[in-house]
Amino acid sequence: MADSAHSHTADAHASGGTRRDFLVIAGNALLGVGAACTVWPLITSMNPARDVLAAGAPIDVDLSSLQPGQQVLVLWRSRPIFIVHRTPAELTKLQASADTSLLRDPNSAVLQQPPYATNWHRSIKPEYLVLVGICTHLGCIPEFTPQPGGSLGPAWPGGYFCPCHGSRYDLSGRVFSGVPAPYNLPVPPHHFLNDTTVRIGEDPPNSTFDFDSIEQI
Amino acid sequence: MAVSQNKLVQWIDHRLPVFTYLDHELHEYPTPKNLNYWWNFGSLAGAMLMIMIATGIFLAMQYDPNVGDAFQSVERIMREVNYGWLIRYIHMNGASFFFIVVYIHLFRGLYYGSYKTPRELLWMLGVVIILLMMATAFMGYVLPWGQMSFWGATVITNLFSAIPGVGKDIVTWLWGGFAVGNPTLNRFFALHYLLPFVILGVVILHILALHQHGSNNPLGIDRKGPQDSVPFHPYYTYKDMFGLSVFLIIFAIFVFYFPNLLGDPQNSIPANPMQTPPEIVPEWYLLPFYAILRSIPSKLLGVCALFGAIFILFVVPWLDTSRVRSAYFRPVYKWVFWLLVIDAFVLGAVGAHRPEGWWIVIGRIGTFYYFFHFIVLMPLIGWFERPLPLPPSIAEAVLKKKRHGADALLSPLAPRGEP
Repeated sequence: MADSAHSHTADAHASGGTRRDFLVIAGNALLGVGAACTVWPLITSMNPARDVLAAGAPIDVDLSSLQPGQQVLVLWRSRPIFIVHRTPAELTKLQASADTSLLRDPNSAVLQQPPYATNWHRSIKPEYLVLVGICTHLGCIPEFTPQPGGSLGPAWPGGYFCPCHGSRYDLSGRVFSGVPAPYNLPVPPHHFLNDTTVRIGEDPPNSTFDFDSIEQI
Repeated sequence: MAVSQNKLVQWIDHRLPVFTYLDHELHEYPTPKNLNYWWNFGSLAGAMLMIMIATGIFLAMQYDPNVGDAFQSVERIMREVNYGWLIRYIHMNGASFFFIVVYIHLFRGLYYGSYKTPRELLWMLGVVIILLMMATAFMGYVLPWGQMSFWGATVITNLFSAIPGVGKDIVTWLWGGFAVGNPTLNRFFALHYLLPFVILGVVILHILALHQHGSNNPLGIDRKGPQDSVPFHPYYTYKDMFGLSVFLIIFAIFVFYFPNLLGDPQNSIPANPMQTPPEIVPEWYLLPFYAILRSIPSKLLGVCALFGAIFILFVVPWLDTSRVRSAYFRPVYKWVFWLLVIDAFVLGAVGAHRPEGWWIVIGRIGTFYYFFHFIVLMPLIGWFERPLPLPPSIAEAVLKKKRHGADALLSPLAPRGEP
């Protein structure tokens, strides 16, 4: 095809191209569209299949047996979800300025949670925290370490410690400054069906939050 | 040797001469100027191999080679995976179309004597490819783990039990157990993934052997000079692309409108090792060989005839004693060739029916004639037949045809008294 381009006459150039130019360009364009249409089904077959998507439907968790100070780990869309029942003492600590001054994003400015969880306790009900338990650094599962002090130093207020690269979060999933993780732990869409049943994966009525819009999981 | 004005191309070519090689094998490569459309089927087979490998890799990403999950995983591909139905139907029908293309390619070679000196090894590599294709297709058919998959695997692996002495041990070794089961399915999946790349390797050798002496042609006479040939590119690359377009339209009609026409409904039933289906038939492309197997009333001889029917193709270059390549100049062989084609279809029909009544008789006649053709007719006709005079050169024949304005020479499947 490159050869034919050399055989243009001066007249053809003056008139802006030959019939052959048109056919070559149109033919190649059609070939490109055909190639794209052929490759697309192959590529998209690697995306989540419909049964995988269906398995990502919301799940209901009964919290009636979850005592204050305990955490339960459930799986939603193949991801670990932390549900914590925080004690009143822990809730008080989350608001103490001595502790919040050590945080990177204490007011949850980065979009890592739905609007209804953009508050100091990062949840709908202060006592119940729902988090995606995946470190925003490189994807490990942070350890639930609610006891203050201990091997993490006297300043440790209690929260999450990631064993992979030492990232730390408080008991609202807010990341500390000076650790590798850049963002707070994400809060998934959730709402309460009654006092002790939480549905994970679905926004409260009248709320339209797109979980895909968050900064990073 | 500037292959391109492009500086980057020149830089690479100076260090890694891929462009020079491509230019040599495609652009300079002289090809007879009189090739007809029967010569399209080689490149079509190459295209089919690429389609099968591409779709196969994506299917393997979703398939589960475990007897408990295999059938469901294929159903999942059909129902849940994005475009899984399309990829599987292309792969499934692709197997059939691959064989259609390769069988036409084979009969093209038989008609025009493409196996004759100096192309014996080219031909034999082609037979190796067909054998590998049959093995690959058979193992691929087992993977969906339907009733035909399971019982086909049982019957075909049991063929080896006919080997005296060690047969039983070989079959157990093939199964990896006491019957076709999970180990069998696992190894069939591994081999079904491997063999296409082995085929690709043999195809490269096939092309290497082809390019040593170039394509045969409908007249079956050698090229004598530049006037007899045209460069492969762009003349035959574009002709091949046109042929491919037409072929893909027909292929697409099957994929989209008759995706299950060539399949067996029995294979929509999950494999049941406790019940044999009423009729066991292989895929259509193996039916003639299956008919030969069933026509011989002896286990060992039947298996020998089955494999012999393919292996005899290896010695065709020496069974054919005629020095004239193209059947176009061979008034007797030409008709015998078509009898062989009819025989292949008859054997295919026999293979599709239960071995009862007349089908047994027809199967035995067809099997006898198949071997009679290669072992007796091919050598004898070569000795006794008086070929028509060959034209002095391809160019002269082509120009003469052009002067007469007749289509006789280039459509040798409807030949006349030329030249």
